[in-house]
Parts: sequence; structure tokens; C-alpha cells
Amino acid sequence: MLRHDILIVGAGLAGMRAAVAAAQDGSVDIAVISKVHPLRSHSGAAEGGINAALTEGDTWESHMYDTVKGSDFVGDQDAIEIMCREAPDEVWWLEHAGTLFNRTATGEVEVRAFGGASVKRTAFVADMTGHALLHTLYEQLVASGVKVYDEWYVLSLATDGGTCRGVVAMDIRTGELHPIQAKAVILATGGNGRIYSGRTTNAWINTGDGMAMAYWAGVPLADMEYVQFHPTTLKSNGVLITEGVRGEGGYLVNAQGERFMARYAPTKMELGPRDVVSRAEQTEINEGRGVDGCVFLDLRHLGEAYIMERLPQTRELAINFAGVDPVHELLPIRPGQHYAMGGIRTNLDGETVLPGLYAAGECACVSVHGANRLGANSLLDTLIFGRRSAEKAIQYVKEVDFGTFPESEVTRQEERIRRVLARQGNERIGLLREEMGATMAEKVGVFRTEAWMREGLATIKELQERQHRAPVDDKGKVFNTDLTAALELEVMLEQAEVIAVSALARTESRGAHYRLDYPERDDANWLKHTLAYRGEGGPRLEYADVTITRYQPEERKY
Amino acid sequence: MDVTYRILRFNPDTDSAPHYETYRIEVPDSATVLDGLQAIKDVQDGTLTFRRSCRQGICGSCAMRVNDRERLACNTQISHVADGNELRVEPLANMAVIKDLAVDMTPFWQKFNAIVPYTIHAGERPEREYLVSNEKVRHLQQFAGCIQCGACYSACPIVGSDPEYLGPAALAKAYRFVGDPRDAAKKERLGIVGSERGIWRCHTIFNCTEVCPKGVDPTYAIELLKKATIRRKLGLG
Repeated sequence: MLRHDILIVGAGLAGMRAAVAAAQDGSVDIAVISKVHPLRSHSGAAEGGINAALTEGDTWESHMYDTVKGSDFVGDQDAIEIMCREAPDEVWWLEHAGTLFNRTATGEVEVRAFGGASVKRTAFVADMTGHALLHTLYEQLVASGVKVYDEWYVLSLATDGGTCRGVVAMDIRTGELHPIQAKAVILATGGNGRIYSGRTTNAWINTGDGMAMAYWAGVPLADMEYVQFHPTTLKSNGVLITEGVRGEGGYLVNAQGERFMARYAPTKMELGPRDVVSRAEQTEINEGRGVDGCVFLDLRHLGEAYIMERLPQTRELAINFAGVDPVHELLPIRPGQHYAMGGIRTNLDGETVLPGLYAAGECACVSVHGANRLGANSLLDTLIFGRRSAEKAIQYVKEVDFGTFPESEVTRQEERIRRVLARQGNERIGLLREEMGATMAEKVGVFRTEAWMREGLATIKELQERQHRAPVDDKGKVFNTDLTAALELEVMLEQAEVIAVSALARTESRGAHYRLDYPERDDANWLKHTLAYRGEGGPRLEYADVTITRYQPEERKY
Repeated sequence: MDVTYRILRFNPDTDSAPHYETYRIEVPDSATVLDGLQAIKDVQDGTLTFRRSCRQGICGSCAMRVNDRERLACNTQISHVADGNELRVEPLANMAVIKDLAVDMTPFWQKFNAIVPYTIHAGERPEREYLVSNEKVRHLQQFAGCIQCGACYSACPIVGSDPEYLGPAALAKAYRFVGDPRDAAKKERLGIVGSERGIWRCHTIFNCTEVCPKGVDPTYAIELLKKATIRRKLGLG
């Protein structure tokens, strides 16, 4: 049987940072497994930058306060403190590893303005920061010599005696299933934005596999109702236009050419936090001051030379996918799903309630983002908590043995695949996926009501049934992406239900969770984390306290 | 818009040789080549196999040959490249086909690894950042912007004739380090790229530069590596 002390599932920034940190120990056998080659991971699509208090006059306390306020006070302050304190050293680590951060005139790492931040604190590599970091981490992974299983799809966690014993995975190239024994598994599988298919910035691969696996294994998913809608995404295909555009001085205007943010966030204007700006845009659109379901981003005053130096990808994306050259024209944009604040509940060291199981990055909820993540805090989160998970897992694997791998889990996954391949009927996997996405965007989106969410949940339940009548055309073994698409739809529909149920229960508005029927934040009843456990007929909800150390909840104004 | 895709397909389980299959599909006027492939898979034929992820030209998954030229399917509008209303879609060249449009990139990654693709430092690291000019950073960002999609590797006739040739992507990656003032392994790396498998095999045909979807310009990187090698040989730096 394949066997490693630590198996890291996912090879984006969190997974690779964990692997590189774990490899430093030198005495532990580590492997990374991913359904794509590491460089195809979606961390690479992050654009704007990474936050850290690097400059004179900025402090980690200020970064922490901004993050706590951005989270609408439901982020855990012990976790946020760790992230903000450790941020500068993490950026220096990246810089030493070779990341080509943009520089000031004196050769130091430059920072730009970003949403919800009280000072400029976002280090950046043009508008391709995620790409630069992903490639830096992959370089370090190659240097570390860690074994990589790329294009392997992990199907489930194997647990025995209340402990994680490894995974069952399919080698996509051969179609064969393999048990992989591990003392510790670190889930770093990223987000689940494809649940909002058609209305998300996320990549095709962002199906939340790790969240579903953990949920099946009895680990709670926390705060799944907090789904971030990014204010500037392209209508044609949902592609992200970085907040860095506004950080560099870009305006948001409505059909009348008005900088409407003056009415919603008079102090921060375009650099309000994402939840506030997305709601402002959607209000403008709903009240008839948009054009064709969009408002506009105006970069024209920045000039071509400046745009080409600091926002070259933005121009390329706008030309390719919107047919608009932002040097000369207004760019139509609208809010689109971008980030899951919720995820697998962990402590400060990435540990879950299941011994041997860790999680880090977007698939995890530690929680540093609370109800609304600040831009440029996600790259930071992946690195800090990826590393911390590995450091904890290293200690753990030195103290425990491999235990018994439950062979029954292999059988269970073989049966699952046999069942999926045997499906018959007139449904189509791809069409159900689009229906799921449209339902979630419309019913569990920027604005929510009980009635809409009930309708949405009912549709999701129907889709869960209908998928059993969506046959897999490809019955072959080799590189069967039709089969993986069916499996991914299954896990997304499960998570969609968790999102809807968690959101329905929370009868208040906080951060990205905004209810027209409960428009106020309600600290007396709802200053707490949602924990969703897998139950018989659907998610079973429990609640947990928020850790408040330095900053008491206050009214959130920008 | 009504489009006809002619796709070179190969399933190792059932086919002895690749063959073209034709699909007609209705797509929006702004659709990309990838949108069309996905629509075919969703609606007509789930067995059609291709890699894709970010669909915004940054992950490098979906490089393929479209009407005889390497492109990223995701950032290529059908209307810009269709011949009449027809697209011929084939897998990348110079690599073995696994299935349909998915090729085995193992040799490509081996060459990536061969140039020692990570920063090597000499001496103590600073407490904060190394001081580097923004000009230098911007110069190197062009080469570091490579997404390792393999388009250049497919388009390079030297790779086609000499499977041992390191190829444009790995060499551009090597320059990204050789040109980086923070890196201390310039001599070793120039030794690797200056071998008989390296820069001197390049015939400056510029195919790599023409097909690169990210403006990396591997030919330029190779010429910069040649220049650095010659300067070193002449004792000039």
C-alpha cells in the first residue's frame, strides 16, 4: 500500500507551503496529492496582492483591527492576531525564495492600497501576485524533493477508530483506485465557488472536494453561509478584475457616470470592504442605474503607461473577455461569487476534531475572515496556516503509528464509482451543474430572504435526486473527466445544501450574509459561529463562541 | 453563432490511431474555444477529454492546437480564429497523447526540473527584503510570467527534431534566475543551459515567441542567456 507520514491534499499555496515547511524537518516522509498539476491550482489566479504590515507607520495591530472589522466581528481574534503578527516574516520568506515583488524607487517591496485597509499594506507582483507566489512555492517544492501525485483525485478520507488513517484516491491517468495510508492528512483543497457555476471567479477545479470529504468524515463545516461576492467580475464568464484596480485609483460609476460609492461608504468610497461594495453595486443595478446588469469600472484617468506597469493582466482580461480596452473605455462589471469564508473548522494549528486530520487555506475556517474577508488576506491565510498545520502535523506523526487502514473505505468508493458509472436517464451532468449555479446565485446570493432561500434549498434537493439520472457517457478508465465531473457535482450539491441551511438559520445580516428580512446585525443572538454536521436528513447545526480578545464589536462604518 | 469543431481524438482503450470527429454547436458570439469544448462535453458527448481550470489564461491547463497554431483554448475567441465557421482542434505536438486533447507533459516537467528551478542564495539572508531595482524586477517579471502551458514547446521545431533539447519554456525559466541579482548559482545554471541540449540548439526561429499566450518571449530569454554565457567566457562578467 502507498504510505506517507503526512499526505497533503491539494497543491495550491496552502498545500505547497505545508509541504515545504514539513520537508524542512527532514525526518518525515511527505507527499502532496492533487487533482491537477500544482501549477494549475487556483491560487495562481489571485491578482491583487498579499497583506502585511511592512512599512514604517503600519503595525500588525492595525492590520488586525482592519481584519476584525472587515470580518464584521465574527472572525476569531486569536487567529487573526497570529496571521497579522506573522505576516511580515512570511512576505520576507517569499521574497527570499525569489518572488519578484514590485519595488519602490529605493528598491524595497512596494505596497498598494486595498479594500477595507486603513493604510497601504498590500505587497504585489503587478496584478499577477497569486501566479508569482504559486510559482515560487512550486520552485520550493521542487527544491524540497517532496513526492507529488499530480492528477490524482482524492475520493474520501479513510477513518478508523475515530482517527484519520489516510485517503482513497483515483489515479486519473489510469482510473485505478488506491488506498494511501497516512498518519496525518492535511486538506488544502481550496474553495468551492463552482457551486455558483456561471457566477463565480473560481476555476473549474474549485468544487470543494476537501470540505465534502471532511463533512462526510464527521468534521463540522463552519460559517458556510458567508459566501463572498467580489464587486468586480466580468459578466461574460465571471472572471475576476482585481480590487487592485480600485487600489490604484480606479472609480466605480453607474449609468449616469456617478461615483455611487459616495452614498454607501463616504469615507472609503471604492475601497470599502467587498460585502459593502457588492451590495452597493447590486442596489444600483436593481434600482435601474446599471446597464445590462452591470455597473462600470473607470480606469481611463490612470493612463496607459501606469496600467501596463501595475495592471497589465486586467487590461488583457478585459480585452479578451469583455471586448473592452480599459485604457480607453468603461469596463462593465458586476458582483460574482469569489470566496468561501466558511469551511472545515480548525484550531490555530490547523487541527480538526478528527485526530490526524488538518486543514488550511480556503477549505478551512480557522476563522480569520469571519463574515467577510478583506482583499489580499487570503494569500496570507494560505501561507500562515498551511505552514502552521505542517508544523503541528510533524509533531503529531512522530508520536503516533499508522494504525489500521480501513479496507472497507476502498470498497465503499469502488461501489460509489460503479453506481455513478451505471446511471441511466435523460439528465446531463453539465446542465445540472449550471442549474445549481443559477439557483445559488439567485436564491442564496448577494441579497437573501427566507422565501428565496427555501426555494433555493428545494431546488438543490431536487438536483441531488436528479443527478442519479445523469449518466456518465465515458465508461473508460483512462483520464475519465466525465466521471470526475459527476463526482464533483455530487460533492458540490452536498455543500450547496449546507450553505443554504446555514444561511436560512442565521436570522440576521452580517458581512456577506445579508438578509432583506433581517437587515440588522444581531450581536445579542448571533455573535457566534455556525457549525454544520452531517446528519441523517441533512445538515445538523450547532453553534460555537467567537474568540474576542482585543476589539469589542462596534458599528461597522466605512 | 453556429460552429463546427473538428477534433482530433484518441482513446487508448479503444483506438489504434487518432481520428477526427466533427461536432456542430451553437454558441454565443463571444464564446471562447474552451466554451465550445465545454458545451460539446456538457450537451453532446461527455467522453470528449481535455484539461481546463482557470478559464482566464493564467493556469496553463488548456494549451492546444487550434487551426494549426498553439493557443490557450480559454482566452481564444472562436470568432477570432475560426476558418469560416470551422475550428480544427488538436492536442499539443512534441508530447505523447494520453487521451484526446490531454498530452503527457512528463518530459516538459523533467526539463523544467533540469535547469534547477529555484533561487539559490549565498551567505546570510537579510532581515527584510533584498534591495532590487523596480526596473530589474519588471524586466524579470516578463519571464517569470510564464504559465508553463507548453504552447512554445509544441511549436518549437528543434524540440520536434531533438527530444533532448531543453526547449523554450525551461530556458526562459533559467533566464528568470540567471538575471536575478539575488540568485547565486549563475555559473552552474549557465553551465546547464550552455550544454549541447541547451541554448546553442536554438535556431532563433521565433515560433515560441509567436505562440506564447503571455508575451514571455522565450527567444529573447535564450538570446540573453547566450549573451551572458559569451560574456562569462570572455571574462567580461
